[in-house]
Amino acid sequence: MRVGLFIPCYIDQCYPQVGLATLQVLRRCGVEPEYPREQTCCGQPMANSGCVEAAKPVARHFAETFAAYDYVVGPSGSCVSMIRNHYDDLLDDAAEQQRLAGKTFELCEFLVDVLKIDRIEGRFPHRVGLHQSCHGLRELGLARQSELGPTATPQVNKVRTLLQSLEGITLVDLARTDECCGFGGTFAVKEAAVSCLMGRDRIADHQQAGAEVMTAGDMSCLMHLEGLIKRDGAPLRVMHVAEILAGNQP
Amino acid sequence: MSHATAAAEFVADVDRARWHDRALWFVRSKRDKCAQQLPEWEALRERASLVKQHTASRMAEYLEEFERNAVALGAVVHWARDAAEHNAIVYGLLKERGIQRVVKSKSMLTEECGLNPLLESKGLEVVDTDLGEWIVQLRHEHPSHIVMPAIHVKKQEVGELFHEKLGTTAGSTDEKYLVGAARAELRSKFLAGTAGITGVNFAIAETGGFVVCTNEGNADLGASLPALHIASMGIEKLIPRMADLGVFLRLLARSATGQPITTYSSHFHGPKPGGELHIVLVDNGRSKLLANEELRRSLNCIRCGACMNTCPVYRRSGGHSYGVTVPGPIGSVLYPARDMQAHKSLPDACSLCGSCTDVCPVKIPLHHQLLAWRKTLVKAKVTPWHMRAAMSVVGGVMARPWLFRLGGKLGRFALRWSPRWLTYNGLNPWGAQREMPPAAKQTFSKLYDDGIGHGSARMDGIDKDQNKLD
Ligand code: SF4
Repeated sequence: MRVGLFIPCYIDQCYPQVGLATLQVLRRCGVEPEYPREQTCCGQPMANSGCVEAAKPVARHFAETFAAYDYVVGPSGSCVSMIRNHYDDLLDDAAEQQRLAGKTFELCEFLVDVLKIDRIEGRFPHRVGLHQSCHGLRELGLARQSELGPTATPQVNKVRTLLQSLEGITLVDLARTDECCGFGGTFAVKEAAVSCLMGRDRIADHQQAGAEVMTAGDMSCLMHLEGLIKRDGAPLRVMHVAEILAGNQP
Repeated sequence: MSHATAAAEFVADVDRARWHDRALWFVRSKRDKCAQQLPEWEALRERASLVKQHTASRMAEYLEEFERNAVALGAVVHWARDAAEHNAIVYGLLKERGIQRVVKSKSMLTEECGLNPLLESKGLEVVDTDLGEWIVQLRHEHPSHIVMPAIHVKKQEVGELFHEKLGTTAGSTDEKYLVGAARAELRSKFLAGTAGITGVNFAIAETGGFVVCTNEGNADLGASLPALHIASMGIEKLIPRMADLGVFLRLLARSATGQPITTYSSHFHGPKPGGELHIVLVDNGRSKLLANEELRRSLNCIRCGACMNTCPVYRRSGGHSYGVTVPGPIGSVLYPARDMQAHKSLPDACSLCGSCTDVCPVKIPLHHQLLAWRKTLVKAKVTPWHMRAAMSVVGGVMARPWLFRLGGKLGRFALRWSPRWLTYNGLNPWGAQREMPPAAKQTFSKLYDDGIGHGSARMDGIDKDQNKLD
């Protein structure tokens, strides 16, 4: 099984520890991924702004970079959803697009659905709030959305399942289980006022629930939230899910 | 004004924005409880979506069937291509009969067509009898929500308004008292009204009848007391058979307010004895949507307002920030189809969280349609050139690994060593309220190349080091 490690551009540049944690979690689970050096970005910023033409060469480059692998795994629900659900506009070859979509997985999803792992060895004796990033939740189905009826699939929360298996962890209950944090890519800049209020409300929910650490499967949400937490001096740490699963401590 | 600018003004009053958010979240939570109680919820949504898509695929046939059956029941059917034609038809009917007073109920379509200002300019008195709509009418405002038109108005403000307009006790916020006062006043309007205008929630092709859903019963009064009833209806309100109605009635109230069913679902089949019933079928851009494959499903909309209640942007920016009759996610899909230039900021008033898509009872893929609009706006060069240019540059860099690495290096260097005033200033909307992301000393790819990450001990060391950077 050849697994290509997909580290989104901003994680590479700003949060290398998340990339390392992803690598380490995969190794602990018996997978030795390769990191193709030529990778850059999935094209999401351009595609989400509607700039299809600007996104096309980036998607093409991505598809070529990962063509040789059986699986592509990355620590970002949002970027994975980009490849899985939004490349049909960007790659001309439909068969290639489907192949790529079918083999690209978000980290927790890969562990649970492909490797069939639902327990991770380790200890994390802290109170943790799980922020369910929208794209992982709604476009990849990592958990059942709060809007859907009781019989909608899936019934399990893949990220929560893995986190819960750690020794000593307390996952706190949020008042709004899957509300958006307000990042939204260029939205964070174009609609900065609403974006920041959304973020602050999200943070307040976690604080009220008594979380010490806020975690998510998407570093982009956490980047926005961390920016607010630091500016406001809030007593909360952010950590990517991969970091917690890798055994890092706050 | 762009949505972002109007939203920033609304958000500037943080307490008010949070109050608005909580009021709507309360409605959404009630909706959730209702949806959770029905095991068949997803099946109902699927069914409703299919019925609507089917109807849209044979719109002309069903409209004609409806017209035939409605006429057979004694109604008069009119066709209006646009808002102006609709208003002319309605005004013509009133003028012919010398009518001076109109009571209106439950019609976002007449709001869409701007009927009130037209009738008022001709000297007619128009009263919106839905309590919320009447409140905004008294405030000389537009509704801020399609189901709860006055959701942006606080109880205290209603008290003041009623004190001023109806002479209620100053400072009263007692709901029972205020509603009682409104009821007495509206009653007199109903009795004095000589024509009633209502909207239509569902029109049934098979029978030629239609249904109006209200919680206050005002449609019944407005349509039953006067001799003339005019029903304004967008052509997409059609459903094929009576048997389909139950699906929609079950979904509508649950999605809108979290009730199992609206208090009144009034059925109208032809005019009342001795009265007149006129139905105005309005296109006003709807057939253009029908012809657009990507946006066609927006015609599924039953105007429940659930997408507004769930939208985190709507909840915090208020309905008026959208500057249109139907705000929120569905409005942001519908209005650019009328005028791309005027409404170009609406598809950006969205974090693409997708909650609207999941909440929509008729399964309109709202966030996908908003994304589709962004593409269309770029293609039509309506999106500002500097945005398009910037994305082309980023795309160019990201397609070339060496350039990406070089750019990253320069960026991180700049971020690490720039003085704060250079990074945080008026030109940086990210930094106005947030700290910038950390600029890591080493990228992941460099660490990987250096072989770091083999063995947990060494990696733990790096992790700590990396953590020190921020
Ligand atoms: S788009 Fe869907 S959720 Fe929004 S108002 Fe229409 S039916 Fe309701």
